[in-house]
Amino acid sequence: MIRSRVLKAAAVEGPVLILDEPLSFWGAFEPRSGVILDVHHPQRGACLAGTILLMRESKGSGSAPGGIAEAIRLGNAPAGIILVMPDINLAVGAEVAETLYGRGCAVVAVSEDHFIFLCRAARLSISVTGEIRPETV
Amino acid sequence: MSLALDADDRARLDGREGKAMQLAMRLVVQAAHNLDAERLIPVTFAHVDACFYTGQAHVDFVRFLLENGARLAIPTWTNNGVVSLADPTLRPAAEDPDFVAGAGEVMRLYAELGCLPTWTCAPYQLPGGPKLGDHIAVGESNAVSYYNSAVGARTNKYGDYLDVACALVGKAPFAGLHTDQGRKARLWFACDDLPDAWRREDIFAHLLGHHVGRIAGRRVPVVTGLSAETTADNLKAISSAVAASGGVELWHGVGVTPEAASLDAVYGGGDCHRVTAEDLTMAHRELSTARDGPLDAVALGTPHFSISEFADLVRLLDGRKIKPGLVFLVSTSRAIRQMAAAKGWIAELGRAGVEVPVDVCTYYSPRVRGMRGRIMSNAAKWAYYAPGMLGVEVAFGSLRECVESAVRGEVWRDPALWIRP
Repeated sequence: MIRSRVLKAAAVEGPVLILDEPLSFWGAFEPRSGVILDVHHPQRGACLAGTILLMRESKGSGSAPGGIAEAIRLGNAPAGIILVMPDINLAVGAEVAETLYGRGCAVVAVSEDHFIFLCRAARLSISVTGEIRPETV
Repeated sequence: MSLALDADDRARLDGREGKAMQLAMRLVVQAAHNLDAERLIPVTFAHVDACFYTGQAHVDFVRFLLENGARLAIPTWTNNGVVSLADPTLRPAAEDPDFVAGAGEVMRLYAELGCLPTWTCAPYQLPGGPKLGDHIAVGESNAVSYYNSAVGARTNKYGDYLDVACALVGKAPFAGLHTDQGRKARLWFACDDLPDAWRREDIFAHLLGHHVGRIAGRRVPVVTGLSAETTADNLKAISSAVAASGGVELWHGVGVTPEAASLDAVYGGGDCHRVTAEDLTMAHRELSTARDGPLDAVALGTPHFSISEFADLVRLLDGRKIKPGLVFLVSTSRAIRQMAAAKGWIAELGRAGVEVPVDVCTYYSPRVRGMRGRIMSNAAKWAYYAPGMLGVEVAFGSLRECVESAVRGEVWRDPALWIRP
């Protein structure tokens, strides 16, 4: 079990998707399908819906919180996002979606060592207090 | 670490000023915790990106605010929208009916909330904005980067919703780029070895910005060796490019940006990268997905075209017409368009076959009419996003190359220019 820093709390679990480069949730991502669009991104075409997304840092547009909120509304968002560099904007999108629609997305941050360790798991769960556990399928 | 809140802040959190102010306060407090801020700081100006529609959540959010007693605390300007309220035919509804309808609605709702409807991603081109040292709350990535870097005002990137929350509360977390320590550069890009003639080209600022953003990620970079003749348009180009290819919210240019009188004034130590001709050639290659050949369109004005850029465009066109059938769009704000119209330039450009849309930009979907096939742009940000968002091919070039190509109807490369695609 790994303890993370909670940026936005939610109890979630899902299959792991690891991004090799930072992703912007607007411009590089389509909330209506949950798919990465950015031609410059190595995981172009990957669908984020329901995943536990491992991404060291976020990037790009100020519209990112809108992208994540809309994806949450439509059920196309990651279930949880695990970062190394804490981010304020993804948590905002998740907080607004929870207020408006009653469902959210966990956003947490861990150390680089823990991040590398978590990348070996196929499935992860995140508790409301930020405990991350590998799940056996 | 505990966050100091005053009686007003607590009243809002407790819901005594209604559900809208409660949500706004909760978002600001959440951000303060996530930034390890110990207190909030008053902000005097906001530029909000939340009027830029990305889906129904945007409409639901601002409706929630309006129906639950939201009141803005400070002057609040608006980013461009997804659609032009001035010209509804620009983004035809047929392309994506729900999206186009929602995009117009969210803009009208932010005007109803009391925002000044500037509808521009380049608010720093308008009079009456923030000054050096002002604490502000800005959301759009290029505006964050420009205000921090070229103006020396202080903001973190308060993306959608948090920008509005700060404008409602009139405060932001005292952390990150609001603090002196957070504004120190952590890596250094030296352009000093590049020939002077290179550094004076308008395309140089875009390529440099793309390169710096790629490497810097979210760190604060400092650049040395920029030309003493660096213009506000060059600063706009660098600011928008570093924020697109990376997540840069502040950069310093020694001798050029207001906080960087010297390297020592801003550099906190870190890696040093010497910028080479190869780096700039690589940036050019990354931004050009198209081979040279027949051209379908030209898209300028990302971020919004300034009055000096209009002067450059009119001078380069020199009374010639662009090739019939070719679409040539220059995005700008209503305010700058009006200034250009007063000089007779909008009419002159119209006769040449150039359209000047307001309120919007052209690189994102739903597609602006005519944005298909092989498109040329002089803007690194446009070239970075358009291939993925519109499925078009981009030929990146200088402003002169864009103009000459539009007249000829095929991509023309400037033999005098040092970048070879």
